[in-house]
Amino acid sequence: MCLGIPVKIIDVKYPEAIVEIGGLKKNIRIDLIENVKPGDYIILHAGFAIQKIDEKEALETLKILEEVLKRNE
Amino acid sequence: MNEEKLRFIDEYRNKEILLKLIKKLKREIDNPIKIMEVCGTHTISISKFGIRRLLKGKVDLTSGPGCPVCVTPNEDIDWIIELCRKFKDKICLTVFGDIMRVPGSNSSLFIEKAKGADIRVVYSPIEAIEIAKKRKDLKIVFFGIGFETTAPSIAISLIEAKKLKLENFYLYSAHKLIPPALDALLSLGEIKLNGFILPGHVSTIIGSNPYKPILKKYGLAGVIAGFEPLDIIQALLILNELIKNKNYDVKIQYSRSVKPEGNEKAKKIMNNVFKECNSIWRGLGEIPNSGLELREEYNDMNAKLHFDNINVSPKENPACKCGEVLRGIIYPFECPLFAKACTPNSPIGPCMVSSEGACAAWYTYEDWKKYKKMMKNE
Amino acid sequence: MNNIENIIRLAHGGGGKLTLQLIKEIFLPAFKNSILEKLEDSARINFNGKNIAFTIDAYTVNPIFFPGGDIGKLAITGTINDLAMQGGIIDPFISAAFIIEEGFEIENLEKIVKSMKEECLKNNVKIVAGDTKVVEKGLADKIYIITAGISFIPEKVDLGVHRIKEGDAIIVSGTIGDHGAAILSTRYDFKLSNSLISDCASLKDLVKSLLENDLEIHCLRDPTRGGLGTILNEIALKTNFGIIIDESKIPIKNDVRALCEILGIDPLYLACEGRIVCFSSWKKRNDVLSIIKENPLGENAMLIGRVTSKFSNKVIMKTTLGVKRIVSMFLGENLPRIC
Repeated sequence: MCLGIPVKIIDVKYPEAIVEIGGLKKNIRIDLIENVKPGDYIILHAGFAIQKIDEKEALETLKILEEVLKRNE
Repeated sequence: MNEEKLRFIDEYRNKEILLKLIKKLKREIDNPIKIMEVCGTHTISISKFGIRRLLKGKVDLTSGPGCPVCVTPNEDIDWIIELCRKFKDKICLTVFGDIMRVPGSNSSLFIEKAKGADIRVVYSPIEAIEIAKKRKDLKIVFFGIGFETTAPSIAISLIEAKKLKLENFYLYSAHKLIPPALDALLSLGEIKLNGFILPGHVSTIIGSNPYKPILKKYGLAGVIAGFEPLDIIQALLILNELIKNKNYDVKIQYSRSVKPEGNEKAKKIMNNVFKECNSIWRGLGEIPNSGLELREEYNDMNAKLHFDNINVSPKENPACKCGEVLRGIIYPFECPLFAKACTPNSPIGPCMVSSEGACAAWYTYEDWKKYKKMMKNE
Repeated sequence: MNNIENIIRLAHGGGGKLTLQLIKEIFLPAFKNSILEKLEDSARINFNGKNIAFTIDAYTVNPIFFPGGDIGKLAITGTINDLAMQGGIIDPFISAAFIIEEGFEIENLEKIVKSMKEECLKNNVKIVAGDTKVVEKGLADKIYIITAGISFIPEKVDLGVHRIKEGDAIIVSGTIGDHGAAILSTRYDFKLSNSLISDCASLKDLVKSLLENDLEIHCLRDPTRGGLGTILNEIALKTNFGIIIDESKIPIKNDVRALCEILGIDPLYLACEGRIVCFSSWKKRNDVLSIIKENPLGENAMLIGRVTSKFSNKVIMKTTLGVKRIVSMFLGENLPRIC
């Protein structure tokens, strides 16, 4: 039930941060997460970061997804 | 221009991978499975990306009560409308865009705005705080809808309001919790499901643990999925494996955002500001401990306490079948009002409110006439 | 719902379903005539053997100063464009009426008038008549501008929905939703984003180059209120043809796309103020594209779809995933959502 979009942190000034996506920049709140720094990606919902994206997991998911391309079916 | 990708979005919309994955899924499904996708955003993704049609015959995807606007009963909407009418020119109502067009017993916020009520759509509750700071002459009321994804952000806004010593900011909490609703839905025993696609962002906050005892109790499997097409199909692949192996577990496909314990900080903040309460869900009636109400420390910001002489007599439209759609027992097009008296332009029930509920998703994106015909011929 | 039908709502002005309903149920029956019934961007009137385009538009844009322009510039380009869609590109004249709220800063009025002057000079257009009314504070939102335009249509030019044929190519002259996105960015705190700029511009020269070459142009539309999705639905409904488009071919700027993802809005319904949707014969599609691309406003032009008789009154889009979905009629307002 929830529109949450991955965006990149480019500046942090707790409890606010500036994020960027597709060249678009916006001021958001990061009260709900810890230890964010520029370069991190977060999920943005209603102007708040609700979670930091685990890039390792993201790449792992993609790897599994891309596996299917290698098979000839 | 179009070639630049949006990171963590476009990779999960890869057409080549999607088509191969769907082939794989169809191959791996022996007997057709019936899955409930709980979340309104999943409903939209599934319709918008054509996934429902691609899986026809193998996966029957039915929508559940995960649309916060759809499950808000007329009572709340009527109360808010009555508030606007009674205190016209003294209050400013701030809302999320989703709720503007939802019909109450005899009006909607859209109509009240047209009649002169100061109703402003915001993207974030922080915008409402900004209005409260600027307009000390008005009482700013925030209509709080949304599940666990949204409640922590609302909580921060209240903490902020307290910090700023704002005396003109109030919350009307219509927030609800997902796990109790799933339990209540399953206890009705109305539908035969094989499993759930669980909400990705609610779970980002609460984790996977709250679903486990519920799904185990009813012998169902569940997978927490992201919202892109590849996420949904991958989740169905994992779900199918669990179902085949009779493994009534809850797995996380959306691992880039969801951890088993969820977001501890957000949960703590939410629990510091809100406490559980009983809540009425459209289609499901009153469910114990399924809603959120402000704790006593925030009594002075509780709209229900501050504006305490608002009386409403809500009545539901007897012809509206939203309740059955929300419980997953009928498809939207099986409602006799669908696409006739009830359209996104003139919705009778909230499920048809644009881009929100199952009825709207079907009306807007699916070739439902074809589907209806196919169902008739089956 | 008993009161829905009794009052005008904001969505009635959105350019979508409700606007059409209002026109069909209130205005058309009252002002009945064969010219109005065509519901084109401008009226085409035959006057002593010459064809004239005549149009009127009201501008209520909020905020009045937005990234890439202001209400004044919009009033001029909007009217020039409405005339141009009918082929009205010879000697346009404009008249302008201003409804100004008491208390409006004169400095702002000067800025707006300066924009209008600049746009007129750029396009060789004259404002030849005008009117000004001032209303009490609270009875208007700062300033409204109404512009009426008139111009000659070159001989032998006959544009309109009636000329659209099965198989016609559908070409869009540039990225969609830029204006709508720029406006939305001012409402929901995207002030840090200076990349979202309105595409507000005069299309007169672009249309001229299309009409000068033998390109079998059948119909031109500018996708303003309600965006591309609205124009395509209007055409599908009027012609009884169907329209099929390819999402992967629709040009859209990355930041506009990002804004739509964040707010949960469909870019197909965001206004464009400097774009043309061109219906031409399929045979001439590549020539049309080349001519458009020669114009600086057309550098991102794309062939996005085709008119079909395989189905009618519907717009179907092949999504980037290769699956088809319906593009329904716009409901009238682009509101951000959380779900």
